[in-house]
Amino acid sequence: MDFVTFFALAIPLVVIAIMVIAHPSPVYSALFLVLTLFLLAVYFLFLDAHMVAALQIIVYAGAIMVLFLFVIMLLNLQSDTQPTPRRGLGRAAIIGGVILVAELGLLLQRSSSERAESSLPENFGTVEALGSQLFTTYLLPFEITGILLLVAVVGAVVLAKR
Amino acid sequence: MIDFLITFGLTLLMVLMVLNLGGLLLWVERKGSAVLQDRIGANRAAVFGKLPFNLGIVNTLVADPIKLFTKEDFVPPGADKLLHTLAPAIGLVPLLVTFIVIPFGDVLIIGGREITLQAANLNIGILYVLAMVSLSVYGVVLGGWASNNRWALLGGIRGSAQMISYEIPLGLALIGVVLTFGSLDLQEIARAQGALIGGWIPAWGIVYQPVAFLIFLAAGIAESKRIPFDLPEAESELISGYFTEYSGSKQAMFMLGDFVEAIIVAGLITTLFFGGWQVPFLLRDGFHFPWGGTLALPSLLVTLLQVGAFTLKVLFFCWLQIMIRWTLPRFRYDQLISLGWKILLPLALANVMLTALIILLFE
Repeated sequence: MDFVTFFALAIPLVVIAIMVIAHPSPVYSALFLVLTLFLLAVYFLFLDAHMVAALQIIVYAGAIMVLFLFVIMLLNLQSDTQPTPRRGLGRAAIIGGVILVAELGLLLQRSSSERAESSLPENFGTVEALGSQLFTTYLLPFEITGILLLVAVVGAVVLAKR
Repeated sequence: MIDFLITFGLTLLMVLMVLNLGGLLLWVERKGSAVLQDRIGANRAAVFGKLPFNLGIVNTLVADPIKLFTKEDFVPPGADKLLHTLAPAIGLVPLLVTFIVIPFGDVLIIGGREITLQAANLNIGILYVLAMVSLSVYGVVLGGWASNNRWALLGGIRGSAQMISYEIPLGLALIGVVLTFGSLDLQEIARAQGALIGGWIPAWGIVYQPVAFLIFLAAGIAESKRIPFDLPEAESELISGYFTEYSGSKQAMFMLGDFVEAIIVAGLITTLFFGGWQVPFLLRDGFHFPWGGTLALPSLLVTLLQVGAFTLKVLFFCWLQIMIRWTLPRFRYDQLISLGWKILLPLALANVMLTALIILLFE
């Protein structure tokens, strides 16, 4: 991905991501989040990760965000019915943000020292490559994520029955 | 450059074909409903005066678009003007570009150049279809919300719940087919169906995956929001549901979106379960009958036969969906949700498990 493409995508992406938290209307916030996720998927496409891009759209933009909108519409949230932010939330957000930036910096430093001149393998980003990675190298995290999701589903059913 | 032009041409061809077939289906639906209900159906607007044969097709193909595009474009007071305008486009555009991954023939050989008759050959094939179809839900949801109308809002909410629910059995039914043919690329799936089981029966997806076919048909009709799954518009309950407040060309876009979705479902059923462009016993060099005879055909004729077979199959499944629409009554909302989650989902899961087990045991 070259310099021009990167910034042509990155600048709107960051602006839209800021709009998610800056826009007063919940529906528009959710829509800006959809747009953010969509642009991220475009990023993955440019990085040859087609499978990840498709999953990003199917799971996040196409399913989870529709549920977000569903809930917003069901409760008919308007901008004036928003709860006032809890005190101390701003400070927590700043601390969390600093930690996130520090982590990203650390990761960047490590990966830039590791990044050799190695080119991508032939089948990078294809369904086959991703699948075999998931079921061999990353089997344990994959299974743990599955169990976590199962727990969430069971929890939702229990809460709904109460 | 030539490669780019070929891809561009194929993509344009697919989009235009889908658009035109969508418009044509509007007429087929009117006429089909009339046939099923023992009426004559759309037969007015005979522009050439009295003709010995019925020119009703002129009515819906010429008069209807003119009517729709010259109507007042009404935006209700209190509506969100931006989203109200964008919603039909958000609903329609992802659907129009979906068909490009569906192959409509094997290869076309012109001047020594082999052109694969599939506009976009993606490694993620089916996933692309699912991604685009899931994006089109926003048209329904936003159209319902932005209209500032309770019926429209209810329609939008119903639409989002229904389409999310039925995407899951839809995807799981596809997994059975993908397991059988071992690829997500629709062209490879179509090619794999050219084989013969025992030398006689074409190895079409329906033979391997009959349960997946039924689940896919049901979930596909639910995705295209047609009767018996038309709860989001349900004219006897919600006026017109999510597009109650739409008129003119915007309403036409919503209507066209439903037809395009029906075409996509027909195209996917054809490609996944009925051999795609395969004609039984037709190989690249001609017919090879199981009883020993062969009939050599020029390559261009073979390609034409394949494209013709694909078109016929797609048209048949469009017609089947229209028949279903005018035959069955509408589900109640709780029946719709419990059919999706309590019947189709477990059935689809069992189908995936059984398919995987059989493949594991026998291969």
